[in-house]
Amino acid sequence: MSLALLLGILLAGGLVAWLSERWHKDLPRWLSLVTIGLALLQLVSSLNVLAPDSFTLVPDGRDASSWLIHYQLAWIPRFGISFELAMDGLSLLLVLLTLLLGLVAVASSWTEIDFKPGFFQANLLWTLAGVCGVFLALDLLLFFLFWEVMLIPMYLLIAIWGHENKAYAAMKFFIFTQVSGLLMLLSIITLAWQGYVHNGYYSFSYFDLLALPLDSTLAYCLMLGFFIAFVVKLPAFPVHTWLPDAHTQAPTAGSVLLAGILLKTGAYGLMRFSIPLFPEASMQFAHIAMSLGAAGVIYGAVLAFAQSDFKRLVAYSSVSHMGFVLLGLYAWNSLAMQGAVMQMLAHGVSTAALFMMAGALQQRLHTRNMFKMGGLWYYMPRMGACALFFAVASLGLPGLGNFVAEFLILVGLFAVSPVMTAIATLGLITAAVYSLWMMQQTFQGKTQLATKTTASLQDFGGREMFTMAAMMLALLWLGLYPQPVLDLAQPVIDSLQALVTISPQIAEASL
Amino acid sequence: MSTADLLALLPLLVLSVGALLLMLQIAFIRNVQFSSALTLLIFALAALSCGPATDYAPRLVTPLLIADKLALLFTALFCLAGFVTTVLSMDYMQRRGDQPEEYYLLLILSSLGACVLAYAEHLGSLILGMELLSVALYALIAYPDKSILPLEAASKYLVLSGAASATLLFGFALLYAITGSLGFSDLGTQLATQPSGNIMLLVAMALILAGLGFKLSLVPFHMWTPDVYQGAPSPVTGFLASVAKAAIFLLFLRLFIDAKLYRYNMLLNCLALVAILSMLVGNVLALQQDNIKRMLSYSSIAHMGYLLIILVVCGSSNNRALAIEAASYYLIAYTATTLAAFGLLSLISAQQQQRENVLLDDVSGLFWQQPLLAGLMLIALLSLAGIPLTAGFVAKFYIFSAAISGYHWGLIAALILGSAIGIYYYLRVIFYMSKRNSPSYTLASTASGWHISSLSTALMIIILLLGTAPQPLMAYLRSIL
Repeated sequence: MSLALLLGILLAGGLVAWLSERWHKDLPRWLSLVTIGLALLQLVSSLNVLAPDSFTLVPDGRDASSWLIHYQLAWIPRFGISFELAMDGLSLLLVLLTLLLGLVAVASSWTEIDFKPGFFQANLLWTLAGVCGVFLALDLLLFFLFWEVMLIPMYLLIAIWGHENKAYAAMKFFIFTQVSGLLMLLSIITLAWQGYVHNGYYSFSYFDLLALPLDSTLAYCLMLGFFIAFVVKLPAFPVHTWLPDAHTQAPTAGSVLLAGILLKTGAYGLMRFSIPLFPEASMQFAHIAMSLGAAGVIYGAVLAFAQSDFKRLVAYSSVSHMGFVLLGLYAWNSLAMQGAVMQMLAHGVSTAALFMMAGALQQRLHTRNMFKMGGLWYYMPRMGACALFFAVASLGLPGLGNFVAEFLILVGLFAVSPVMTAIATLGLITAAVYSLWMMQQTFQGKTQLATKTTASLQDFGGREMFTMAAMMLALLWLGLYPQPVLDLAQPVIDSLQALVTISPQIAEASL
Repeated sequence: MSTADLLALLPLLVLSVGALLLMLQIAFIRNVQFSSALTLLIFALAALSCGPATDYAPRLVTPLLIADKLALLFTALFCLAGFVTTVLSMDYMQRRGDQPEEYYLLLILSSLGACVLAYAEHLGSLILGMELLSVALYALIAYPDKSILPLEAASKYLVLSGAASATLLFGFALLYAITGSLGFSDLGTQLATQPSGNIMLLVAMALILAGLGFKLSLVPFHMWTPDVYQGAPSPVTGFLASVAKAAIFLLFLRLFIDAKLYRYNMLLNCLALVAILSMLVGNVLALQQDNIKRMLSYSSIAHMGYLLIILVVCGSSNNRALAIEAASYYLIAYTATTLAAFGLLSLISAQQQQRENVLLDDVSGLFWQQPLLAGLMLIALLSLAGIPLTAGFVAKFYIFSAAISGYHWGLIAALILGSAIGIYYYLRVIFYMSKRNSPSYTLASTASGWHISSLSTALMIIILLLGTAPQPLMAYLRSIL
């Protein structure tokens, strides 16, 4: 019930924010902050009632009652579809990330949006609700529903408040995710039909469908249906092409949401559904998935270096970073999976900050072209310092969250495939190249701006510095003391691994 | 005929008596307001009378009509659709024709035809219902006689629909020659004794498929659809696209099941081919339209293609129950959605004195000027595209389930491809509606009286309810099938 309430707060908050724009233009964004705050409170209060040791117990992947919170309500009994929400450590981490980045998104759009601010905040909150739903839903059809429904507010965010080429970008984003979503729907229904043939009753519940005996060819095809939907969202090479466009054209808050949390739904889907539902097929497929991951790491980094548009650069760097997640997940040992979870969190924070930076630059300079910038540090030192921090975070400087994540992934991956590890490590070097190049082009060197523009440049104010500082602290915490996060994720990883019989040499390497 | 028989036919009787009353009213007092109010009352009464009639179902009333719960459910649906069309026409007709009273009479008559089709259990009642529906529609399409497009549309529809009826009749004649019976279930038993390679039988089936294909605008019999949809007054287009299609599909389904036509593999293969062609051609052609009415007409071709999948699934006896349930749900969802979409268009084109066009530019910025209507259009389009939380998604879920239960992978591939293409053109309308600083302000004065607002809200709620709480209807459909 508490989880349903969490979603309800976000949905209702969106509606209230929308209506409130009639009274005052500034009201919606305050209401938006209050709504997310309430949702956080609701989350914390529902966790408070749990026994402290329940966070360290390994849940039984097949038994809903051993999860932290489980809520089920019959919805469409005709097909055994229920409103089933459940939370374990992994969902908890991701929901927390979603809500916190939601606050960042609201902050980053504080002064940017003049047109229909209420509807903007409503779409923002509905996107958050959809994403939280994705992280919590354990009925496959409900999951699909959230998966699709979160696209519409996101589409509207890009299509209404986006930049010059928004029609193309919004459409591409929607069609990529929707078409791959249809493949997933096909897989889900086929899986449920197999369940019906096998059990004699319809059910779309994750727990009922986990251990279904499937013909191996069919399992492979169904796994592909899920896999394609998730890697489009991740995004992995070669289905990443929607991402640079969507990111570039989206308003700042939209980019923050997209990069920070929407991409994570893909990784979450792979980890929660694609691999555990089809363990054997996934293991057969692992080397292809890992090759795609490694290709994404290198390809994203190379393309990032070739960009002149600040946002496009960050977007391609996301492709590169999410390649690591794909590698970590398909290595399927504790270390690599811990790394993947860590990467989701750290990348969410660091990229959100970089997109916020890009938004701030665009608001001030009316361009995203880095060749037209340069030397900005002199005019906006605080902004330069923040940019430097997040640039080095993104290139994986030890002491920050991204380093921990990529290090864990590489160590875990080495046990499975040294070759892949070697290729992926190249990504760290290229990341350094494009991140530093980005700093060089924008904040250092000689300025390319007209004096008229430079005279009016404003450095970060209190609100922006506060947001940035919070995200810096988060990355430092993830980098210096990641243990609490690892502890929270470990039981989930153990239980996921129990669901998948792994090959002996992989098991040996895992801790 | 016993009282029970008459009571089982109550909705049909209400509509017929209503048509007579309206005719008398027009003969004595010409008053548009009164006519439209009377029409609304008749439709409401007819829909309500389906309730008491269910007590006597299922019942074969004369060999011609079967009053089962499915027929009554769809009769109620068609009457409600007629009600909605009347509300939409009120503003629209007042601005155009100088004597629009007969328009409502024609609307009642064509609804009556659709209801007869829902009841039909005999080739005779089939022809009766179909002709009543079509003939009234010819006149409805041509009703705004001052412009050229409706006339063109009506003559096209008249000629082609007439040809289709003739084809169909010829097919039925051949069937009668082979079996000597006209009742659907009789046909089924008689056909079972025939060798399946009978040439005459094959020809008869080809003719019937072609005739019904014309009426349902399936590829390759779809050529008339965009022109007629575009030319007809928008409320009539909505009626044509929803009620006329649903009635004929329902009848096709009944004929298919009762006459056991699913035994013929050849026919199933043809249907599968036509389904795939309709899904792909309809969607691809819809991509290229700037006129929303033409776009929706091509999309309706695609939707009929999706529905045909269900007939193919009926081929295997294990999945037949699921397939019929899926078809019924789909038809209901499709009717509500199509009415909503064309309803909005008729409100927009009510403003345009001469043109029956609604171009993409005409809806640009609608979100910011008419949020309620734009919301209705948004929901209708999302429902047509099959996005979750709308009726269209549950309908598509049903089609997926039915197709998967029969493992028709080829059809599923076409369905996915078609839906994927469909998303693009539906979204394009949404994008235009959400445009800021739109150059055209043609919409500033779009009609929105209280009746339009309440109708839009009601349709929105119905589409969302069908999408979020489908269980009651699913359970009801299961209980009556």
